Amino acid sequence: MSTAELPKAVDGPLTFIDDRLGSTTFMKRNLKKVFPDHWSFMLGEIALYSFIILLLTGTFLTLWFKPSMTDVIYHGSYVKLDGVKMSEAYQSTLNITFDVRGGLLMRQIHHWAAILFMAAIMAHMLRVFFTGAYRKPRELNWLIGLGLFTLGLLEGLFGYSLPDDALSGAGLRITAGVIQSIPLVGSYIMFFLFGGEYPGQDIIPRFFTLHILLIPGIILALVTAHMMIMWHQKHTAMPSKDQAETHVVGYPFYPVFMAKTGAYFLFTFGVISLLATFAQINPIWMFGPYDPAAISAGSQPDFYMGFLEGSLRMMPNWETNLWGYTIPWNVLIPALVPLGLVMTGAGLFPFVERWVTGDQRYHHVNDRPRNAPTRTAIGMTGVVFYGVLWLAGGNDIIAYKFDVSLYATTWFFRVAIFAGPILAFIITKRICLGLQRSDAATMAHGYESGTIKMMPNGEFIEVHKEPEEEQKAVILSKEEPKPSLPARDENGIPAPATKGLLGHVRARLNRAWHIDNITVEEGHGHEAEGADRELSKGH
Amino acid sequence: MTETNAGSPEPQDTPKRVIGTPAPAETHTLLAKGDDEPAAPAAAADELDEKSAKRAERVVALFFVLTFLASIAFIAAYVYVGRDGGMHGADRTQQANVLLGGAMTLSFMAMGIGVTIWVRRLMTAKQIVQERHGLASPEEDRRIFAEGALEGGADTGLAKRPLLRRTLLLAAAPLGLAPLVLLRDLGPLPEKKLRHTFWRDAVAAAKAQGKPGVRLLVDGSYRPLTISDFDSPGGMITVVPEGIEQTADPLNEVAKAATIVINVPPELFKPLKGRENWHVNGVVAYSKICTHVGCPAALYEQTTHHILCPCHQSTFDATNGAKVIFGPAARALPQLPIAVDAEGYLIATADYDVPVGPSFWERGATQQ
Ligand code: HEM
Ligand code: FES
Repeated sequence: MSTAELPKAVDGPLTFIDDRLGSTTFMKRNLKKVFPDHWSFMLGEIALYSFIILLLTGTFLTLWFKPSMTDVIYHGSYVKLDGVKMSEAYQSTLNITFDVRGGLLMRQIHHWAAILFMAAIMAHMLRVFFTGAYRKPRELNWLIGLGLFTLGLLEGLFGYSLPDDALSGAGLRITAGVIQSIPLVGSYIMFFLFGGEYPGQDIIPRFFTLHILLIPGIILALVTAHMMIMWHQKHTAMPSKDQAETHVVGYPFYPVFMAKTGAYFLFTFGVISLLATFAQINPIWMFGPYDPAAISAGSQPDFYMGFLEGSLRMMPNWETNLWGYTIPWNVLIPALVPLGLVMTGAGLFPFVERWVTGDQRYHHVNDRPRNAPTRTAIGMTGVVFYGVLWLAGGNDIIAYKFDVSLYATTWFFRVAIFAGPILAFIITKRICLGLQRSDAATMAHGYESGTIKMMPNGEFIEVHKEPEEEQKAVILSKEEPKPSLPARDENGIPAPATKGLLGHVRARLNRAWHIDNITVEEGHGHEAEGADRELSKGH
Repeated sequence: MTETNAGSPEPQDTPKRVIGTPAPAETHTLLAKGDDEPAAPAAAADELDEKSAKRAERVVALFFVLTFLASIAFIAAYVYVGRDGGMHGADRTQQANVLLGGAMTLSFMAMGIGVTIWVRRLMTAKQIVQERHGLASPEEDRRIFAEGALEGGADTGLAKRPLLRRTLLLAAAPLGLAPLVLLRDLGPLPEKKLRHTFWRDAVAAAKAQGKPGVRLLVDGSYRPLTISDFDSPGGMITVVPEGIEQTADPLNEVAKAATIVINVPPELFKPLKGRENWHVNGVVAYSKICTHVGCPAALYEQTTHHILCPCHQSTFDATNGAKVIFGPAARALPQLPIAVDAEGYLIATADYDVPVGPSFWERGATQQ
């Protein structure tokens, strides 16, 4: 029937499976599935590949790691710790490092991959936010992404605790202290989690199970859902003359995208193994086994936990005692509020935006960040908020490096955590509007070509060129805001959406969302030359 | 309008970058020019200059061979670092890491580069277009589903038969609770365990033997501390109660009982009211467990007499009851009453009078 004949070796198994599952129809449809191209679409892929690397190296580590807090005396090949009392977990991590060939490499790959995983997730989330790719119909994937980020934080915290060295013990101690501060049930949860008093004998075996089974299992399920939804809804595209809401343009899955993404995987693995080869990470043998009475100064958690460290550091020492009960605000607020604020805000954002703008349409072509100034400004507010917390987590290093007092840095951060985000909002919005203005100017007068021309009268002008099709299409992807929600419908009756307190709030937010818009429209391109001259006077 | 040459694409023969991130949409694979409907993928490589393709093929092959060699080198390095039966410690480990990691990096990188050149120089597929379809199900489907759901719902009778509905809910409730009950044995209840430390038991045991208190042992060496250890001012020593090693779980005990002994110059030392005889001539003992979230408050600045917790920099004044002078900790470090016994050893005469370490709900305002 068909003219195309697959080689026997492929056709045989394919037919076998198709006869039973009818899978070839699916594959026919998806063989050439289109993947649009943009550098920023790679961030999510890096996260995915880092996760795969974590699965592979983590499984390798489980072959030797012993999640046990039983005391042993070390007599292994790392002579500096010979005769030292330590937990079996720490001993087995030393063994992986010093006695298993490639063990140190796998440990370091695992740790670097964890860092890259979190970094890539964060960058990916920012990309999705600032381009508005979370909008209908992709809200579900946005929520899944937030879940993945949170699980990644937990997974990293648990993993970091496993080797039971002096540093990981400090992290555990802080975890225990934070849990203990929860009102009403804190000490109970702490005792249940640790199997009694801190540190006990149970926490590492328990974290081990969570770290290698439960959380990776959930992450894997969520990643699968994330990919299936993405596949089904198709990728968003960056604005371009080829892209439209009704279709997507890009390279076919097979072979181009598959080969490219395969190359990304190899590069991700390559970069991580390069780091693991030459950049030492978490040299647990230098820290020694955990001792609850000892700690070294300047110990830092992995970067993705830095914001929690920072918020704990900058919090004033408030505590309330009422009727014989204690509420340690100094721990509760910094541990719960920043993450809670950012995550709740991010989770609600797509829905709030939809409510405020009244925009119920599908969006497959992304926004340029400048064209949604309010969203971009809110995003930068969050970024700066997070950034200040994160920097505050290194205030001792900052104080030391710049030779200022530690207390001065703390006070700086206490102010910056409020002032920074506000400034970020205002400045970002101004920048967006400035960029819109320059887009409007480009449409009206062409863009500055960089070519200087001498006029017959000896005057120099810069030649303005009319933008090319592609540039025009990108600039005109800006959607002019519709007038605020109609206060009244066609029949003069107040629209239900604007009635009542909620409706009022909504109408106000709607106005605030669209305020300060610069109209960008197709210019009088044919007058370009004339306009140029005027613009360039005095150059 | 000579300057405006919009729309005519720049000729572009070879990609500028090869390594790393492939650039987006190269012109040679762009949509068919001057055509709104982008073209279907070209069938064959005949558009490509066959000679440059051959060259590209050789470059790709070179990288693939490099990957092959690097992988062989990896295996060889694995055998090599295990010569005479093992790695024998840190030096060989370092060597193993560089050899194995280097070979591994090379093999992944070379393959990645090879594939990238292959995609960009040898694959001819053009960008293609795919329609986006609405995601929502057709109205018709929604209607039929709603009908079916209502019909099925009616058939269950849940709406019509309240007894059925309520007993079903009743049956489900404890089933949902059971797994939570199962978690009860995760750990013992806190009871009053957070309120005292091993100092209490140790002091009680010493007093039972007619001694005035329990000796302070230096953490690690377990040597008893004498007052003459503090002949010169400054310094901070971490101590634990005598007998702590013999407890069932020494780490748990240390995690609460760890104490720092500091020699504050007597003229600067300001004993708090009611604690006048808790120190020995300026030698004073405070809990080492930070009242913020429990890190060991392990740093002591001799010039300022500040105790600093390295975790979040809570700072306590050793001359003045270890009160908080900066940072997120809300309470002073608890003070341990100490004295000297007949033989000149430092002893603790009682447990801390308040719970040590981080705050918790039922702790209450037992202090200040
Ligand atoms: C998102 C996923 C994961 C993250 C972020 C993560 C993170 C970490 C981190 C930061 C460490 C400390 C490493 C060190 O010693 O320096 C660690 C240790 C460990 N991880 Fe993971 N991990 C992940 C997934 C997995 C998986 C899937 C497994 C097993 C199937 C695993 C098994 C282990 C083991 C056994 C250790 C302790 C051994 C050692 O520290 O050498 N991990 N993990
Ligand atoms: S634990 Fe001491 S300052 Fe936080």
